[in-house]
Amino acid sequence: MREERSDMSEDDDGGGEEKDSWAPGLGVAGKSRGAPYPLPPPLCDQVLENVIENVLQFLTSRRDRNAVSLVCRSWYRAEAQTRRELFIGNCYAVSPRRAIDRFRCVRSLVLKGKPRFADFGLVPIGWGAHFSPWASAMATGYPWLEKICLKRMSVTDDDLSRLALSFPFFKGLTIICCDGFSTAGLAVFAEKCRHLRLLDLIEDYFEEEEYEVVDWISKFPQTTTSLETLGFDCLPSAVNFEALEALIARSPALRQLRVNHHVTVDQLRRLMVRAPQLTHLGTGSFRSPEEGEGMEHEAHLVSAFAASRSLVSLSGFREVESQFLPAIYPVCSNITFLNFSFAEITAEDLKPVIRHCHNLQNFWVLDTVGDEGLQAVAATCKDLRELRVFPLDATEDSEGFVSDVGLTAISEGCRKLRSILYFCQRMTNKAVLTMSKNCQELVVFRLCIMARHLPDHHTGEPMDEGFGAIVMNCKNLTRLAVSGLLTDKAFGYIGKYGKSIRTLSVAFAGNSDMGLRYVLEGCPKLQKLEIRDSPFGDPALLSGIHHYYNMRFLWMSSCKLSRRGCEDVAQRLPRLVVEVIRDRPEADDEAVEKLYMYRSLVGRRNDAPPFVKIL
Amino acid sequence: MEEGLRGGVCPQLLDLMPNKRDWIVKDDGRGGEMKASQVEVESLELRLGLPATEEEKDPSVLSLSLFYKSSKTTTTTTNNKNHHCAGSKRGFFGTFESRTEGPQQQKTSGANLKDELHQSQERKAAHEVPENASAANMNSQTRAASVPLVGWPPIRTFRKNLATGSSKLPPEPQSGDLQSKVKLENCKKGLFVKINMEGIPIGRKIDLSTYNSYEKLSLAVEEHFRDLLAAQKDPSTAETMKDEEKQVFTGLLDGTGEYSLIYEDNEGDRMLVGDVPWDMFVSTAKRLRVIRSTDLSVIRVQEQYPGKEQQQSVELY
Repeated sequence: MREERSDMSEDDDGGGEEKDSWAPGLGVAGKSRGAPYPLPPPLCDQVLENVIENVLQFLTSRRDRNAVSLVCRSWYRAEAQTRRELFIGNCYAVSPRRAIDRFRCVRSLVLKGKPRFADFGLVPIGWGAHFSPWASAMATGYPWLEKICLKRMSVTDDDLSRLALSFPFFKGLTIICCDGFSTAGLAVFAEKCRHLRLLDLIEDYFEEEEYEVVDWISKFPQTTTSLETLGFDCLPSAVNFEALEALIARSPALRQLRVNHHVTVDQLRRLMVRAPQLTHLGTGSFRSPEEGEGMEHEAHLVSAFAASRSLVSLSGFREVESQFLPAIYPVCSNITFLNFSFAEITAEDLKPVIRHCHNLQNFWVLDTVGDEGLQAVAATCKDLRELRVFPLDATEDSEGFVSDVGLTAISEGCRKLRSILYFCQRMTNKAVLTMSKNCQELVVFRLCIMARHLPDHHTGEPMDEGFGAIVMNCKNLTRLAVSGLLTDKAFGYIGKYGKSIRTLSVAFAGNSDMGLRYVLEGCPKLQKLEIRDSPFGDPALLSGIHHYYNMRFLWMSSCKLSRRGCEDVAQRLPRLVVEVIRDRPEADDEAVEKLYMYRSLVGRRNDAPPFVKIL
Repeated sequence: MEEGLRGGVCPQLLDLMPNKRDWIVKDDGRGGEMKASQVEVESLELRLGLPATEEEKDPSVLSLSLFYKSSKTTTTTTNNKNHHCAGSKRGFFGTFESRTEGPQQQKTSGANLKDELHQSQERKAAHEVPENASAANMNSQTRAASVPLVGWPPIRTFRKNLATGSSKLPPEPQSGDLQSKVKLENCKKGLFVKINMEGIPIGRKIDLSTYNSYEKLSLAVEEHFRDLLAAQKDPSTAETMKDEEKQVFTGLLDGTGEYSLIYEDNEGDRMLVGDVPWDMFVSTAKRLRVIRSTDLSVIRVQEQYPGKEQQQSVELY
């Protein structure tokens, strides 16, 4: 499941989610607009439809399904009847009612809410993305619903309660980067959901006071459970360990377990002994609980890992003491995913571990390992597909531990690299260019030079050429995040060569409107564009009118937009919801601080808070 | 030294010793958050050397001013204490008062300060070519920016709170002027208090400032819990039991009904709602509970807050 996390950020929907093309006049799209479910076809057509339905059972990719639904009405109906997984990338693009009316047999729902910049505090609290209306609509519309995955939604305890009570066959709940719920909601959910197989809490926000925390682990059914996945590493409060151990003991199907940092190594060992069949493990704290007893803990831990022959994914490692790291040696050669991104370890700590990890494909790490650590990774992990290097100290003037040197080393050692996220304090065009030539299979390239407007630290030039090389040489690139000192030239390159780019993140870059225009005019596949603090104004905004219906959203904050420009867009594109978000009520009405606009089948939402103005 | 400062309220200060006292930290809970105007005032007041520019030759001055710069622009600390949000309780100077970390942190927190000093002195040397750019950045940040930088670098708050593992909501966007910040839910102006009902695990928050009488409050309480209570009893007939449930909630305020409404005031005492004038109630009530009327007398002798080890059940009592 953790591997799917990478996928969640790159939802590879080519042409949209449940609606397909917004080109005016397209029969099918027009048909679905507000109309009730179409009349049943004559008998002969029904036979054909049954045949098609049986074939379509095997079609799972939503891109393919979207294409199928465009063939003719008959296929549209058949596809609608057989779609089992519904993906909604923007909860405001469609209403629950419409979704339920079209797709009758959905068993699994993926729902995303707030724009991604909400993760960094750019979206005021209370903006929206409430799960409640969906929960109540689906309670009646999809009684057979089994799985829900939510990302960046506001989920309340009531919602969790409702889920548990409304869906007798509910099997799996994944909640990513959401807020609004607490352990009280989890308790009700655990208690009422008798057939639960999956509960995964990923980077959610909890606001409880200590005295409000509820012992939810004890609420799981006391009989043998069907649990396969249980993840709560983001939970700030401790869980009842005895209850957890007992739960593990009566969950023979458990394969994935991710505990939070309150679980000590001793406790972890006990859990591992109960569940030697685990494939994915997230540890708690990885240090000695008491002074002076380290050796004993280490020895026991090693044997626990040695007994876990199926482990392929390791994460956690909060509060690491490096002498415990050797405990994982027995499993290193098997693991494909290793998440050290909370472990403050040096290159010296990392080297003996990474030396064993020949099969590693996904590696997340803190920049404390430095360029030297990355060189060690490059030397061993020839199969690496994804690398994420996070900063220990995410500030502009912190000491950087990784740089162009590490990036170059990775590019030389890990030729199969597909996805990289790299935070650093200094970079050169040469290193980026080298990566573009060595790692031709790159699909995701996200480079964050943390000091704003920082040029190439060797030549003093802007980073235009480096990013230009990336878009030029990496033909499969679909996601790009740029940083450093960038002129319009960089955007010229992106517009010219970035023909497959779907997601673009821009911050503190560009000189003029031309920058944005290059992108909007040049990138036909662009779906998600998020821009902050860049000098793009109304003329640039208007240059994208031809394309906005093909996009999921556009976010622009602290740019040079004015009210008039945004109103212009809103007027010319009636199916676009144009939201102007204000942080300060008394701010100048004419200048637009934050713009968030997205296509929608249902027009303006009715739950917008006062600081959101929909034009 | 504080007497030399204008403006009265100062966030975290290092008491810089003309009298050669030890470092004294004032923590008024506001963390490293500083408004630009205050920073400029303080950087002038507390500088040992000339107040003219940031780039002083005197290394001690240099490092001190960089402290302020880094704490102002970033509100971050050393390892694992990156707090980027308004109202965070621990800013840079929180290192001195670190309470909650594990042994690893406590060991190194003292060392961290030295590292930071060392680093900040080195930083000037380390940046050769980008010096202009970053110096320009710093200047523009401290001088012109009335808005501290939000959300940059783009790291999720969850990832920033490495030490405690606490996950708080992403910071509200700063506007540089706290008074005019957009009023959001859970903000200070509204009088949100938690309200729990016996038998229902999930509490609510209600805004007392939206009611002006006990009757309205009673109605609101009824509204909040009625459906839930019905759903708890029998999910399948939740819809049809409305009339019966209505009766459950009459007499909330006078002790005649099946349930009664009590509140906890700012001193921790539990009292029946309705005794004091409405305004006084609103200003002192911290928490509400709906309990069975039969339990009213029991409340008096019960402990205020159950200890952790007692807290077994779901019901928050």
